[in-house]
Amino acid sequence: MSTGFDWVAFVEYSALGLLSGGLLALVALGFVLIYKGTGVINFAMGEFMMLGAYFFYTASVMWKLPTVVALPLTLAAVALVAALIERTLLRPLSGQPVISVLMATIGLASALHGGVDVLWGGKNYEMPALLPRKPLTPGDILIPGQLFWSFVLAAFVIAAFTLYFRFSKTGIAMRAAASDPMTAYVLGIDVRRTQALTWMFAGVVGAVAGIVVASMTSLSPALGSAALGVLAVIILGGLDSIAGAIVAGLIIGLIESLTAAYLGGKVRDIVPYATVLIILLIRPYGLFGTRQIERL
Amino acid sequence: MQMAPPLLQTAGIHLGFGGIKALSGVSLAALSGQITAVIGPNGAGKTSLFNTISGFYKPQQGQVTFEGRDITGQGPAKRAAMGLARTFQNVALFRGMSVLDNIKLGGHTRLHANPLSALWYLGPARREETALRREIERDVIDFLEIDHVRNQSVASLPYGLQKRVELARALAMRPKVLMLDEPVAGMNREETEDMARFILDIQEERGITVLLIEHDMGLVMDISNHVVVLNFGMVIGQGTPAEVRHQPDVVRAYLGGTAAAGASA
Amino acid sequence: MRIGDFRASYVHDEALWPTRVQQAWLLALAVALLALPMGVNGYVVGLACMVGIHCIAAAGLNIMTGYTGLISLGHAAFMGVGCYAAAWAAQRGVPTLLTLLWAGSLAALLGVVVGLPSLRIKGLYLAVATLATQFLLVYVFREWDSVTGGVRGVNVPNANILGFELLSDQRMYYLILPVAALMLVGARNLFRTRVGRAFIAIRDKDISAEVLGIDLLQYKLASFALGSFYAGVAGALLGYFYRAMTPEYFTLQLSIFYLAAIIVGGLGSMLGTILGAVFMTLVPEILRAVVALVAQWAPRATEVLSPMQQLVFGLLIMGFLVFEPHGLLEIWRRLRRSFHLWPFRS
Repeated sequence: MSTGFDWVAFVEYSALGLLSGGLLALVALGFVLIYKGTGVINFAMGEFMMLGAYFFYTASVMWKLPTVVALPLTLAAVALVAALIERTLLRPLSGQPVISVLMATIGLASALHGGVDVLWGGKNYEMPALLPRKPLTPGDILIPGQLFWSFVLAAFVIAAFTLYFRFSKTGIAMRAAASDPMTAYVLGIDVRRTQALTWMFAGVVGAVAGIVVASMTSLSPALGSAALGVLAVIILGGLDSIAGAIVAGLIIGLIESLTAAYLGGKVRDIVPYATVLIILLIRPYGLFGTRQIERL
Repeated sequence: MQMAPPLLQTAGIHLGFGGIKALSGVSLAALSGQITAVIGPNGAGKTSLFNTISGFYKPQQGQVTFEGRDITGQGPAKRAAMGLARTFQNVALFRGMSVLDNIKLGGHTRLHANPLSALWYLGPARREETALRREIERDVIDFLEIDHVRNQSVASLPYGLQKRVELARALAMRPKVLMLDEPVAGMNREETEDMARFILDIQEERGITVLLIEHDMGLVMDISNHVVVLNFGMVIGQGTPAEVRHQPDVVRAYLGGTAAAGASA
Repeated sequence: MRIGDFRASYVHDEALWPTRVQQAWLLALAVALLALPMGVNGYVVGLACMVGIHCIAAAGLNIMTGYTGLISLGHAAFMGVGCYAAAWAAQRGVPTLLTLLWAGSLAALLGVVVGLPSLRIKGLYLAVATLATQFLLVYVFREWDSVTGGVRGVNVPNANILGFELLSDQRMYYLILPVAALMLVGARNLFRTRVGRAFIAIRDKDISAEVLGIDLLQYKLASFALGSFYAGVAGALLGYFYRAMTPEYFTLQLSIFYLAAIIVGGLGSMLGTILGAVFMTLVPEILRAVVALVAQWAPRATEVLSPMQQLVFGLLIMGFLVFEPHGLLEIWRRLRRSFHLWPFRS
């Protein structure tokens, strides 16, 4: 006998959705960092996630290093790759029109994706569990432990970065270089170094997200494509807004969870893409993005 | 001294961006067949005024009238079709095309090819292209003396020639009103004199109404029939060049300090 | 060395192949292409058919991206639309040429629908919108069983021209060749008229374009529709060529393949399109040969063919953008220039 709408289930799905939004927001943060810092639209964020996860797998499982060593090693390696990318790909293209750079990052994504697949193979690997598995049970709902702690981790990383940018000397230098490179140069800020740093930070952020996602699900090249769903978050939040990335991440996570629960798992795959199109129809610059005004 | 009715007019334009008021109650008229110059210190709002007339900015108050019709709500593309052409302060040529193709774009609104006729090309599309080419060669390229560079890519041209090509492109529109934003900026004496000659010919031989922004006072005083002075988004003086030169507000705006010190004897 | 090249009329000056020498080369090329199937084995003919199809698809993408500056990551999906549309029509006995037209038109219509909201805003957003469209369309291909046959795919009846069935690759070649030639020349013609010039203007400086009377939205939509039309026709020909198709063919990777083709070949040029299409058709073949060679020592090598392609496409895109942004076309032009000036140095 039907008892009306199952509120407990709804609350549970919503909670799960909001929590998974944390990781989405984290990846979106990496994207926004690069866009705000260098004006580049980086289509390869998903591949940074992949790199992080695969490097960690190599260090932790293949080389059997303890996590305390493997993790910093992985992040350093990804940061190095990111800096290399900035130096060899983005810097030569720095005067070029936006679409050239966009196509370059598309090429980068393809190359990284293929490269990882070639080197490690396309199989599913099992990642070590990094976050506590014990589920939480507030009231009647069940929240998987890993999901909850992934949210906490994401929140922590985002907060740390936000504070860093706001208050540290390097962070302020990076923001200055992002908003007005010319003046920053004149004031003695090494703009090229801050741009390299921006990419390194974004790479690290993506890597962390990738490691967490892979340890929660499994490691395979499909991880790279997962970040395409983050595009919905970025569009909704506005390309250049960190606050937007956070709010949008939570909203998209919520939407994904509810549609998967009530409309079936298959639909879940295309939810981010349908959402993107709807957002572009109604409010292209997102919730918090700034509309570009061209100087005539 | 009966003057022809103004072809282009603005009435009480108020334009603001966020907290900045770019234009406050700007009313001017570009008299038909005459050269009207808009002058004023940097930041006075001259280019904002041009952009409003072009249709890129919508004023919060006021109207823009063309041939007696209110065009304030129309977009830039429609205004072009009516006969309004302009050049930009920073040369806005299409760097991926040759000089000839850039100029041909001026004729865009007068051509009729659609994607289907364009794909086939033979027939109506080719006919109108040939006719356009003939017209441009005769009326614009020869006139502005740029035949020697017609097939070169615009990116390879020196600055002075680029500005001339931009003028050529605007002329190819067969405009009724030609708006020139700093046509001789960055040019040396010789180039400036050439440009002045071209602008005068445009006005006298073709009867085109010219509205120009300029900082070069020599040019302004020499060729304009009418001068409007802007400062801080307001009109602070207008009249013939001789009249405007001595108006105290104008002098103060340019030279600062007391009016008496700068006024002529 | 080029001498005695003068033009006596504007029509002559604006011709595509004005000099006698160019016309002679063109004739020689035409003869060679027509005679191709008689001189080579069936595998090469099949490859030539693919080159033709790639040329058409890449030409469409070049119109959108190379000439008008609109980035599309969904080109493969539009090809899919054309393919399924053609299959649907062909199964109902619609003549082949009409089917091609139908496939192209449906893809173009879809292009307008996708373009309407996305073209009001700037570059990146269009890229994202087309990416979203790519995934959504593939989802539709997989799920809309009744029309597309779902995951199992669809069968395409043999192409036929006025009752003459095109049973072999050779016969398909003689359909694909003229269609590709016509469409490429048509695309080139666009840029001799105000339509094409407007596209380039929108890419280079859309503010200036507006001031010259070009309605931005209208022309962007036209560009997108035309490019999608080309994709649709290419997709239809693909269906006729393979006689069957599944959704797995029209992936994001294919969209990136075509992007690589026009970047490698030369953005904003039809000759570049051809060069890029030929080059990119050969790349998987070369890779296949390399992998087959390496497989003698490392038998697992054949598994990496697909990701290897992804890697190589990505490297090609990045490499050409950084080192030779005008693509193979620029290399070709340098060669030609030194040829024209010979024996003098350029």
